[in-house]
Amino acid sequence: MAKIPVTFTHNGTDRAAFADPGQNLLEFLRRGLGDLSPKYGCGQGACGACTVTIDGQTQLACLVLAETVQGRDVRTAAGLADGATLDPLQEAFMDHFAAQCGYCTPGMLVSARALLDTNPTPTREEVIEAISGNLCRCTGYEPIIEAILSVAGRRATA
Amino acid sequence: MTEVQTYPTIDEAARAMARGAAYMGGGTIVMREVNAGTAAPVLVRTDDPTLRQLRAQGDTVSLGAGVTMAQILAEPQLDFLHPVARRVGGPQVRNMGTVGGNLFAAHPYGDFAVALLALGARVQLAGTSGARPVEDVLRDRARQVGLVAAIEVPRPRHGSFGFTKVSRVKPKGVSILSIAVLAPQTGGTLRGVRVALGGMGSGPLRSAAVERALDGQRLDRTTLEKAQSVASDGLQPPTDALASAWYRSEVVGVHLRRLLQSMESS
Amino acid sequence: MSAQSGKNGFELRKDLFADERDDNLNEIGKRIRRQDIEGHVTGRSPFYDDHLFDGLLHIRCVRSPHHHARIRRIDTSRAAGMDGVVRIVTGADVPVNLNTLLSLLDFGLDDEPVLSHAKVAYKGEPVAAVIAATEAQARAAAQAVQVDWEVLPHVLDVEEALKPGAPTVNETYPANAFVYHGKYDHQKLRYGDVDRALAEADHVVEGRYEMSPIEQAPIETCGAIAAQEQNGRYVCYTGTQALFFSLGTASKVLNLPSSRLHFIGGTVGGGFGGKVDSIHEPLAILGTMLTGRPCKSQWDREEEMQVGAPRGAERWYVTDGVMKDGRITARKFTGYFDSGAYTRLSSYAIIKGVGHLPGPYTIPNVYADVYCVYTNRTPATAMRGFGITGVDFAIEAHMDKVAERVGMNPVDLRILNAYRDGDMKAHRRVAKNCALVECCQVAAEKAGVRLSPDPLAATSMTGGGGPRGALPAHTATDENGRVEGFSSGSYAQKDGVSVQPVAASKAPAMATGQRAPGGGSTPPQGVSAPSPAPPAPVPSQPAAKKPARSGAMRFSSLSGFRRR
Repeated sequence: MAKIPVTFTHNGTDRAAFADPGQNLLEFLRRGLGDLSPKYGCGQGACGACTVTIDGQTQLACLVLAETVQGRDVRTAAGLADGATLDPLQEAFMDHFAAQCGYCTPGMLVSARALLDTNPTPTREEVIEAISGNLCRCTGYEPIIEAILSVAGRRATA
Repeated sequence: MTEVQTYPTIDEAARAMARGAAYMGGGTIVMREVNAGTAAPVLVRTDDPTLRQLRAQGDTVSLGAGVTMAQILAEPQLDFLHPVARRVGGPQVRNMGTVGGNLFAAHPYGDFAVALLALGARVQLAGTSGARPVEDVLRDRARQVGLVAAIEVPRPRHGSFGFTKVSRVKPKGVSILSIAVLAPQTGGTLRGVRVALGGMGSGPLRSAAVERALDGQRLDRTTLEKAQSVASDGLQPPTDALASAWYRSEVVGVHLRRLLQSMESS
Repeated sequence: MSAQSGKNGFELRKDLFADERDDNLNEIGKRIRRQDIEGHVTGRSPFYDDHLFDGLLHIRCVRSPHHHARIRRIDTSRAAGMDGVVRIVTGADVPVNLNTLLSLLDFGLDDEPVLSHAKVAYKGEPVAAVIAATEAQARAAAQAVQVDWEVLPHVLDVEEALKPGAPTVNETYPANAFVYHGKYDHQKLRYGDVDRALAEADHVVEGRYEMSPIEQAPIETCGAIAAQEQNGRYVCYTGTQALFFSLGTASKVLNLPSSRLHFIGGTVGGGFGGKVDSIHEPLAILGTMLTGRPCKSQWDREEEMQVGAPRGAERWYVTDGVMKDGRITARKFTGYFDSGAYTRLSSYAIIKGVGHLPGPYTIPNVYADVYCVYTNRTPATAMRGFGITGVDFAIEAHMDKVAERVGMNPVDLRILNAYRDGDMKAHRRVAKNCALVECCQVAAEKAGVRLSPDPLAATSMTGGGGPRGALPAHTATDENGRVEGFSSGSYAQKDGVSVQPVAASKAPAMATGQRAPGGGSTPPQGVSAPSPAPPAPVPSQPAAKKPARSGAMRFSSLSGFRRR
């Protein structure tokens, strides 16, 4: 099985790795690069646990062919923090009890970060829309929405 | 195992489509099959930039087959398509899913195609001149119809186009059924009505019964009741995990009536 | 009303039970951080699949396309030669290929193979497991395994399954019902004399209620990874909700002392009861034992939905005797839990559910016959409110029906019949820490329901006890549903013979189509036949000692700790 070389940017760092033919980006990031922050939940694009950004847009890593990220900028939840300094969204999720089992959390954070990057002061409805592709089964939507809004509010008044 | 062939242009990709190969656009349909081990052994794709082009001005807008739902939502000139694009998937799927791919998305997906059907869109296939009615492509979609290069959509008169998608989960849920209505009025009378339904048959289809009930009429209470009462006439909707055929038949008229009323009042 | 609004929108109703509670609370109402939250927000929490092993192999099961079928032959030859395939495992490779989860608690007979080798009893039942280098290769090879099926008649309805002549789903229980106490084909509750009370009631209100299966649907699908450690030990990373339960199960079916198993879990991507069945740990460890390489067993989403055990379907018939003033004097249940093809935890769910009857109401005459029924559906297991939620739906729907019949406000009716502190419950324990009256009052207030004066003035702390706290003068009993051939001494016995684990490789194919006339009198082969002395599995733990009776502080699942 011929491997396919892929060079791309992963959380701001240039990386080169080999993908299998037909391998999805989720497996490529997890097994190939050891970035375990995106999660497998369905392999069908239904749950959003594997959400990453590609060139700033949220996408579902399980439905992206790994070889197509050649030359592109891929970011995951593992890249949200700046060294030991967490992203304000990560702090807000901790403060607002916005995670229970934690499995949907990385994908949820990536969607929330993408929202605030393009719309720093979203309404509640816009927050709900932005995380509508991310399922949480421990029924934590309310604290998640509150956590995101708390960061948006902080920025709005800053 | 899956073999992926990537070509620089759509014409080359079209020529590479041999028997048994499948074309991969945004990936939201085909990658599911790859993950499940049920995809075609050869996948053909292209990075052709023309597929991502859209022309939003004028009476007919042109959408490259690779234009995503998110691109449509980012284009103010395409506001008539925004209510449709917004109801496709969640944000991630809208960043990936394309208008070309939506023509081939089986129920409970493919609601954008329902809107295109009502709008009387025409489909340009790679390597051919001219365009085919979207009806033809939807009818033949199980067979190899060629690669879709672009879709031309006549811009509807303001307020004459409406769309609704019924799902159990909001704001993001798969489709129980969807309804798209093009209902232009001339002097208060409906002329050239096109009504398309999703989830009410094996694929998107036009409702001749509803079109007959509306065409040439004023959109008054009598007309609304008539349209509601014939909405499921002659249709054989599927029974699946989302809803039964009975349920779909019962509610399609209700949703149609609400859609027509909301179009009238807006 | 004195109420405190918390930051999260909930209210602490400090006017209720004010003298029963200390208010110097250190945590309640305050915002705290979970101890595991930093791992969650950084993506560093170690879920079972977040452990990387070089050379990891992937396990995919070959599954039955039929609800019920005999396996004539499994042909793995073509699949075995495919790219990446390392090994194909069948039932013959499983050291102890028959188990029931609750055997660890000495409750129930072994009735379920890890990998079926004789027949399948539900759609999706695994009959072989392919171990390959990549998941895609394992999938492709699993599709290439040829199974020669002889399709058998199936039964999908609980009441149909109990009728004479129904197909036997589960050979361990040929009459398609779990055997309780070694004696009965159902769990009984007898309290007072229901038939007499029904005869004397002003109204008799009947109802039939049904709940469909519900999938727990955790975002993380079930799975486990096993690898070799040193000194002959195996490490197993697992998403189980029941780490030691899964450890005990793996130890039993793999015939390995638990000291050779090192289970690591506790980080679970959602469970809700759906991750207690210990399916993946034995498979992953067995794969590692057979290949010498790390192995992962993981359901994809489709498997999670199709073969992952749901909350089972339930059907309830409820008959109430009611007086004109709304007092319920008798309540009779016939209940059917759809256990699916195997027992898993349904037998225990019924014990728990019957202890809950007749709901949070003081009713002097209660009767229940509840059946744990085998059907050719996906086996059922635990889910939130395990054993209670389904019948509570039936009870509360029935309360509304009763209210309508006697012309009462349904909240008034509930308060009138609600249990009070000191009342005797049908499972013969005195009710304490009751709070239903107050819950109803607050709910009515929130919903704008106007209550009658008496219910409005009622409290859980008054009106109970006295005659309401006494056991019935007479309880009618019976021997309905008596079953022969099972021993009451231990759940691990049938026909009085201790059931030894049977090594599948030595066991004859399970005889099928030999259902005993009359049901249940002949033990199926391969179950009760003593095996030629395999090494003893881990002895089952003695039943846990009952915790000491509560002192001044007692935990109530309704209201937390309350002082008594």
